[in-house]
Amino acid sequence: MKRLLSTFALAGAFGLAAVGAQAAKLDQVKAKGFIQCGVSQGLPGFSNPDDKGNWTGLDVDFCRAVAAAVFGDTTKVKFTPLSAKDRFTALQSGDIDVLSRNTTWTISRDTSLGLNFTGVTYYDGQGFMIRKDKKVNSALELSGASVCTQTGTTTEQNVADFFRANNMQYEVIAFATADETIKAYDSGRCDVYTTDRSGLAAERLKLTNPDDHIVLPEIISKEPLGPVVSHGDDQWFDIVKWALFAQVNAEELGITSKNVDEMLKSTNPEIKRLVGTEGKFGEGLGLGNDWAFQIVKLVGNYGEMYDRNVGPDTPLKLARGTNALWTKGGLQYAPPIR
Amino acid sequence: MADWVEPAARQGRTSLMNDPKVRSIVLQVVALVLVIVLGWMFIDNARENLAAQKIATGFGFMENTAGFGISQTLVSYSETSTYGRAFLVGILNTLLVAVIGIFFATIIGFLVGIGRLSKNFVIRLICSCYVELLRNLPPLFQILFWYLAVLSAMPNPRQSISIFGEAFISNRGIVVPRPLFGDGTGLVLWTFGFAVLATVLLGAWGRQRREETGRPFPMLWIGLGLIVGLPLIAMIVTGFPITFEKPELKGFNFVGGMRVIPEFVALTVGLATYTAAFIAENVRAGITSVSHGQTEAANSLGLRSGYTMRLVVIPQAMRVIIPPLTSQYLNLTKNSSLAVAVGYPDLVAVFAGTTLNQTGQAIEIIAITMGVYLVISIITSVIMNTYNKRVALVER
Repeated sequence: MKRLLSTFALAGAFGLAAVGAQAAKLDQVKAKGFIQCGVSQGLPGFSNPDDKGNWTGLDVDFCRAVAAAVFGDTTKVKFTPLSAKDRFTALQSGDIDVLSRNTTWTISRDTSLGLNFTGVTYYDGQGFMIRKDKKVNSALELSGASVCTQTGTTTEQNVADFFRANNMQYEVIAFATADETIKAYDSGRCDVYTTDRSGLAAERLKLTNPDDHIVLPEIISKEPLGPVVSHGDDQWFDIVKWALFAQVNAEELGITSKNVDEMLKSTNPEIKRLVGTEGKFGEGLGLGNDWAFQIVKLVGNYGEMYDRNVGPDTPLKLARGTNALWTKGGLQYAPPIR
Repeated sequence: MADWVEPAARQGRTSLMNDPKVRSIVLQVVALVLVIVLGWMFIDNARENLAAQKIATGFGFMENTAGFGISQTLVSYSETSTYGRAFLVGILNTLLVAVIGIFFATIIGFLVGIGRLSKNFVIRLICSCYVELLRNLPPLFQILFWYLAVLSAMPNPRQSISIFGEAFISNRGIVVPRPLFGDGTGLVLWTFGFAVLATVLLGAWGRQRREETGRPFPMLWIGLGLIVGLPLIAMIVTGFPITFEKPELKGFNFVGGMRVIPEFVALTVGLATYTAAFIAENVRAGITSVSHGQTEAANSLGLRSGYTMRLVVIPQAMRVIIPPLTSQYLNLTKNSSLAVAVGYPDLVAVFAGTTLNQTGQAIEIIAITMGVYLVISIITSVIMNTYNKRVALVER
């Protein structure tokens, strides 16, 4: 239903709007006073509402970082829960300003949907989860298995590729939402549940007996997850892109939400440029020069955001791994602020 | 209305502007042109805007490789097939649910509807409960109940319920032996076709004879004998060419045989029982609309109550039943789009779901999907309206 509405909105937006006559996204956002951010319908660690409707998670915190940069206020953001199927239509039709919903960056999504990926908030890969009592130790032993997955995701294609490449039989049952998928797996309809490995860690918490299930060692795909904006507004694209870069740079420079106020007095030129005491980099984005300072003060650097939501001390217990900074053997790397 | 002619126009004294017929035609043409021009502008503008945003448009995507698997396919399909093929698979899966669902909804609906008028208190109570319970709960809820509650009670394939070691019921669905057609199958199929044709012709003759002479013809038994007996004789003559491949448990699942997936069962059972509750009420309304005098007349002629129902009451009740029944058939077909909730690969799940997401061509795909439902609904309506004309009371 949501998808249908979005499609009509899309058809309306493109059918009725005059060609190329749209106001700048930053001005639109400032005028309405908040950022509309598309998130998942509930994925612990990434975007998950509690019983009072407060959202937490890595993807949610990233939206707050953008709000901190634009408004200096993390409350000026509203969340739209979207299923995997509806997410792109919602962005194309302008229902949301940013999509931050564990979305895999692929060439077809980047080039044919009218969207731009702004970076990678989480480097992930697809894996399989299976009951321990099936006594399977490798994904290569899965021939003939029934596989549960969510429709409208890259996982649906990856699983087809994996089984075909290894000449194995399989049956895929695709559900509309993550909740229905995990319920069907829990009820025994499928032998295997597949999604990104971070998703497996999160969804596993919803099972009746999480300890009866194991995640198989194979990683069958590359899933760089990141925020997405629409084509056609380079300034907005830059803002969302640099919000993440600021967080990664802050971690690299050792700036945290706790010490950022002291860092204002720092003499290190790199730190001075980031917190805005030197140069006018915020102006280039159409923001105040304290844009990165606000992000770090109100949301934290990338490492803080990671540890708070998905790190080893959270129920998800995900080690930094590939998401560590490049200086520590990981892939997180940001261009310099200068 | 058509016969009514404005006196002034007949006399040709006023200008064409005041001729209501001409005026209405002109207005309609103008309105039509306006709608077409606006529609065209809408499409053209949308295309220009989409192109400006570099969003892919057009129907070329139908030729591209789909690259995803589908759990139930009535025609051959693999991951290397095109989106066009996946579209066809989706339509057929939707039609399968619609046809099987309508079949069972009609049978259950008629039985429950007649049961609600039964003289037996227990039957009446059961049927009333059925109607009130099922039509007052949302269909999505019922489908999820059949899928999650019933499915989780089913054993896994290794402990599946065996029916004489031939068919197996588990949480992977129902597996039955698959027929393999050897030499001589042609003859068996031909005799089967002949038997069906003979039964239809014989039935028509029997009905005509009954109407002329009043003597009933035991059509049910003779037809059954023809349809079962003739092919059986052909099978014996050709030495049983049809063999069965038994399903075997291998690894995770059953290999071989034919499988009815639980998603299909849950969706079809859910829709059929839900729609049957509405059909039952239509049937009850139809039957009560037939004046009681008809039943009394039939009774006084000595007809047994079964015959009274079948030959006197139901044919007259059909006039009232058919139009709302058509609506229920259309509802069932459209409600089949709830399939995606239980992972059944219908048109909406495969085409307006996965395909839309992989290609991102929302406007084209939603338009095609709406078109398909429209066509299916119109065809259903045409068939039902034709049938309605046949059973309608002929008035002079």
